[in-house]
Amino acid sequence: MNVVVCVKQIPDPATPGALDPSTNLMKRDGKLILDDSDAYGVEMALQLVSDAGGGEVTLVSMAPNDEKSGLRTGLAMGAAKAILVSDPALAGSDALGTAKVLAAAIKRAEPDLVITGTESTDGYTGTVPEQIAAILGFASITFAKSIQIADGTAKVDRQTEAGYDEVSAPLPAVISVTAGVVEPRYPSFKGIMAAKSKPVDSLTVADLGIPADQVGAAGARQEIISVSPAEERQAGEIIEDDGESHLKIVQFLESQKVL
Amino acid sequence: MALNTIWVHAEVGGDKPSSITLELISKARTLAGTVEAFYAGDNADAVAADLGQYGVSKVYTVATEGLQGIPVASAMAAQIGAGNKPDLIMFGSTYDGRDVLARLSVAIDRPVLTNNTDVSVEGDEVRVTTAVFGGTSDVTTAFRCEAPHLASFRPKSFVAEPGGAATPEVVAAEATEQGKVTVHERHVEEHSGPILDEAAVVVSGGRGLGEAEKFEMVETLAKLLKGAPGASRAIVDAGWVPYSYQVGQTGKVVKPDVYIAVGISGATQHMVGMKGSKTIIAINKDAEAPIFSIADLGIVGDVHKIMPKLIEALQQR
Ligand SMILES: Cc1cc2nc3c(=O)[nH]c(=O)nc-3n(C[C@H](O)[C@H](O)[C@H](O)COP(=O)(O)OP(=O)(O)OC[C@H]3O[C@@H](n4cnc5c(N)ncnc54)[C@H](O)[C@@H]3O)c2cc1C
Ligand SMILES: Nc1ncnc2c1ncn2[C@@H]1O[C@H](COP(=O)(O)O)[C@@H](O)[C@H]1O
Repeated sequence: MNVVVCVKQIPDPATPGALDPSTNLMKRDGKLILDDSDAYGVEMALQLVSDAGGGEVTLVSMAPNDEKSGLRTGLAMGAAKAILVSDPALAGSDALGTAKVLAAAIKRAEPDLVITGTESTDGYTGTVPEQIAAILGFASITFAKSIQIADGTAKVDRQTEAGYDEVSAPLPAVISVTAGVVEPRYPSFKGIMAAKSKPVDSLTVADLGIPADQVGAAGARQEIISVSPAEERQAGEIIEDDGESHLKIVQFLESQKVL
Repeated sequence: MALNTIWVHAEVGGDKPSSITLELISKARTLAGTVEAFYAGDNADAVAADLGQYGVSKVYTVATEGLQGIPVASAMAAQIGAGNKPDLIMFGSTYDGRDVLARLSVAIDRPVLTNNTDVSVEGDEVRVTTAVFGGTSDVTTAFRCEAPHLASFRPKSFVAEPGGAATPEVVAAEATEQGKVTVHERHVEEHSGPILDEAAVVVSGGRGLGEAEKFEMVETLAKLLKGAPGASRAIVDAGWVPYSYQVGQTGKVVKPDVYIAVGISGATQHMVGMKGSKTIIAINKDAEAPIFSIADLGIVGDVHKIMPKLIEALQQR
């Protein structure tokens, strides 16, 4: 079974994000890392391929500046190869533009299954997976808490507002997995060394045959009008516990009339 | 200039329209002359009557097999293709809402703007606002394409208020395509007490509790305050409590009168889910924890010392 995992490479979330004042787009210069939300997908794919007893995991990513460091992490975990789409024309792409690019790249790998995160850490539209499925004409299941594959069918527990649904879909399918479905493995030293020589196929928008006006800022068909600081909450009274601070809380609750 | 028509993707919780649906409709009513809803589910007539109380004049019902994404999007796309074009279609940032929104965006080739907290109309331009960087900045974006515009909104962005009462016309909108996903069984997690996103008091626990068993303190305190227990993602991922407890970017948005954060650091993704609370109490042993920057009452101390005393004090009242 061949599985594609869509992995986003993002600026380290530990460093505060910023908008480029000239374009109002999220700054994505500097080193990028594998989005944590997608590490679960990589692990899930590796486990499914190993359970299936054959096949391989291909990573697909769209990122600026030919960035590969996040891909190397996924390859070090055990993915066989990667497809990277990088092109200055992609700057300012929105969710639909991203999905168009990823779908075209995924097609090249002819997967049985496509795994994504439910939402990316820095963009969190949560729509890219379902858009990819729509473009490819694949079945799709979002918010998977578990995946089992048997006889060309994916069985999934899908998170819902009230609990979860047991659902199934024929392959090929796009499935988005929630954080915590599996425990992502740490790349071993051997894995890290091996990743350096694994193939990364670098493509441009033209290579994929996508008209340039469908992607990037032009394809996004939207314009940021303003960026303003949100109303800030002020910190109130901060006290050190002296053994009696629970009484302060009781008092506060009384003042709010919830007691 | 106001808009002519807004469609709202309507969802239910139990057998009543969900709060996010009523919030969206209430907002839509202030922006457009006509508000219509698409609904895929049971009891369409009863649901339509409820939606009518909030000003919906027409409810399109869609017959679905399996998940909503493909059938509802195809029914909307078919209406649009036939020339029935709204200016804006509003969705909740919910499981099914996102599926329908994403499928529709491909079907009619329109961009989507997601996770918004506000919408306005300037001239003939539709603008939406979304919070970024953990809610520290608001970004307002205008659609630069032909209508219908597609946008999703976070729960609690608007206030649900009945108004513009109407008896909606209920019509079937045909789904031109059904998905290939089969739903075998639906599991509903039992819970007692008020619902997390509607409770007047929310007590949430985080990794600072140390171990799963200690979540009981959170539950006990919530019960004493007639509130609901909640959680950070860290302890949901760790399997201490079900996902339905999660507060934050990928969980519930809550706006109680009092939010009590117990052993929660205050990551931006957690704060976007509770910053709108009327008042916030935080207990954390680290004086530098970000949660203190938004707390009205912050106690720097050990939850294992403070919580038992607090619970006892309340039990004795
Ligand atoms: C895409 C994405 C989406 C996310 N969505 C969400 C979301 O919806 N909701 C969410 O909550 N998180 C979300 N997160 C995760 C978030 O970034 C944090 O990792 C998470 O909120 C941390 O949970 P926590 O505060 O319980 O744990 P920690 O950050 O580990 O904090 C534990 C706190 O407990 C304190 N503590 C420890 N021991 C004690 C003690 N004995 N007494 C008192 N205090 C103590 C510590 O000082 C610390 O501040 C998301 C992350 C990503 C990347
Ligand atoms: N630029 C990208 N490259 C690869 N995968 C992506 C990209 N953007 C989004 N995805 C995938 O889509 C999922 C949801 O992202 P989003 O819709 O941005 O919340 C992510 O977890 C990824 O699996």
